[in-house]
Amino acid sequence: MTANLPDDDVLVSIRDLVFYHGERKIFDGVDLDFRKGRVTAIMGPSGTGKTTLLKLIGGQLRPHRGTIVVDSRDVHRLGTTELYELRKRMGMLFQSGALLTDLSVFENVAFPLREHTRLPEPVIRSLVLMKLHAVGLRGARDLKPSQLSGGMARRVALARAIALDPMMILYDEPFTGQDPISMGVLVKLIRDLNRELGLTSIVVSHDVKETLTIADYAYLISGGQVVGEGTPSAIAASDSPWIRQFVHGDADGPVPFHYPAPDYRADLLGAATGRGH
Amino acid sequence: MADPFQRLGRFTLGALQKLGRALFFMAHVWLGTVDLVLRPRLVISQMFFLGVMSVLIVAVSGLFVGMVLGLQGYNVLSDFGAEQTLGVMVAASLVRELGPVVTALLFSGRAGSALTAEIGLMKTTEQLAGMEMMAVDPLRRVVAPRFFAGVASMPLLAALFSMVGVMGGYFVGVGLLGVDEGAFWSQMTAKIDFYDDVVNGVIKSAVFGVIVTWIAVYEGYDAVPTAEGVSRATTRSVVYSAFAVLGSDFVLTALMFGDH
Repeated sequence: MTANLPDDDVLVSIRDLVFYHGERKIFDGVDLDFRKGRVTAIMGPSGTGKTTLLKLIGGQLRPHRGTIVVDSRDVHRLGTTELYELRKRMGMLFQSGALLTDLSVFENVAFPLREHTRLPEPVIRSLVLMKLHAVGLRGARDLKPSQLSGGMARRVALARAIALDPMMILYDEPFTGQDPISMGVLVKLIRDLNRELGLTSIVVSHDVKETLTIADYAYLISGGQVVGEGTPSAIAASDSPWIRQFVHGDADGPVPFHYPAPDYRADLLGAATGRGH
Repeated sequence: MADPFQRLGRFTLGALQKLGRALFFMAHVWLGTVDLVLRPRLVISQMFFLGVMSVLIVAVSGLFVGMVLGLQGYNVLSDFGAEQTLGVMVAASLVRELGPVVTALLFSGRAGSALTAEIGLMKTTEQLAGMEMMAVDPLRRVVAPRFFAGVASMPLLAALFSMVGVMGGYFVGVGLLGVDEGAFWSQMTAKIDFYDDVVNGVIKSAVFGVIVTWIAVYEGYDAVPTAEGVSRATTRSVVYSAFAVLGSDFVLTALMFGDH
């Protein structure tokens, strides 16, 4: 499978990743590969640590075991300066957008340019307008983040993420809480930007339908382990009961509808006699 | 059940760990000074929000404190026929103690709480994490300018408080109660020593500025990223600042004036 690929085709490679959140084991020996120029999706139920995975790749969290190699550099062995150099080449789209609320849309997109380059003002202006045009919000440049809808905020955040022309973008739940039109816009943007800017994209999501339409390859994670992987068509055709339940959104199946509980009948009778607390 | 000794131990360890984290945090913030020399605009805009916006509350409070000092001081001093020294009493109280201390308490309520809430909310809304992912260090870009702006504002605000307070004491003492104007000012200028009183007062307010702003930015940065967490951090910021200011005031006073 992916492990047989030549190394220069893989931009991000994760090996034997183990990560605890407090006492809880989030990842238990996970191997993942993200290939250059592709859109790779990470899917799984809520609370499986998908956002945690992006923070691990970005070096904001440190794994308890295993390695994460981005562009042939081990993220967690880099010094602060090298890590920051690497991050300049990664864009991350947060679920909330994470726009700076005291700056206008224009200044938000200009922020990374002003912080990391000494470009003259006219050049910054042109660059910002080009990035905003790419996400269709050139006309919204003077608005404040509080005046934007959730979908627009994510598009501005996307324009900001591509401001420094990164090699890859990490998307954290890009579709959550979007109306159908915003959803369609975001799907189109992720796909088009990936192709036209020659990016590598990692999309973390539990919106199966939208994610599978843009992904070239997908991993399904549950209980800290990879429970399925393959191209979207392979995943849709999978005969694993768990994958079928997840992809089709069935209420009951290998993941039970009921949270583990004592026997129903005994529980009700217990309550009637005043016990059961 | 944990016995009281265990609980005391756990509490002490927790407090020491927090202090340790706060010290590392401060060291990191100081590393950001270099950037600020190159971009003074970041500090100046924060000085406007923290310092200039606190001028009104500091000036009004200073005026009333000075007027009260004038009234109370006159009542006591006139019993000994020493109302001529009212100016000394008012100025010494303000410059040595009330100026730095009350200004620090007001500053913590007016600006420190706002700092904690702002930084805490930036953390809650992932703005700080977003900056980190854009390879911008939030400690240098967000915290350092606010910290140094707060530290620079405090002595200036304390000086304003003392100045307005002396005016308040003058209005009440000379204007209302009939203390001799010449005696009021000449006694004051003769007895207030530049190094003993004014410089020590400025040192105090500078130390309080560091303490209050440090607590404010650290509590914001360390806040649990939820609505409740930010609210608790804001409360802690003001409460800890009050304790730290009053406690360190005693230590500083003992060091500065203890041998008189």
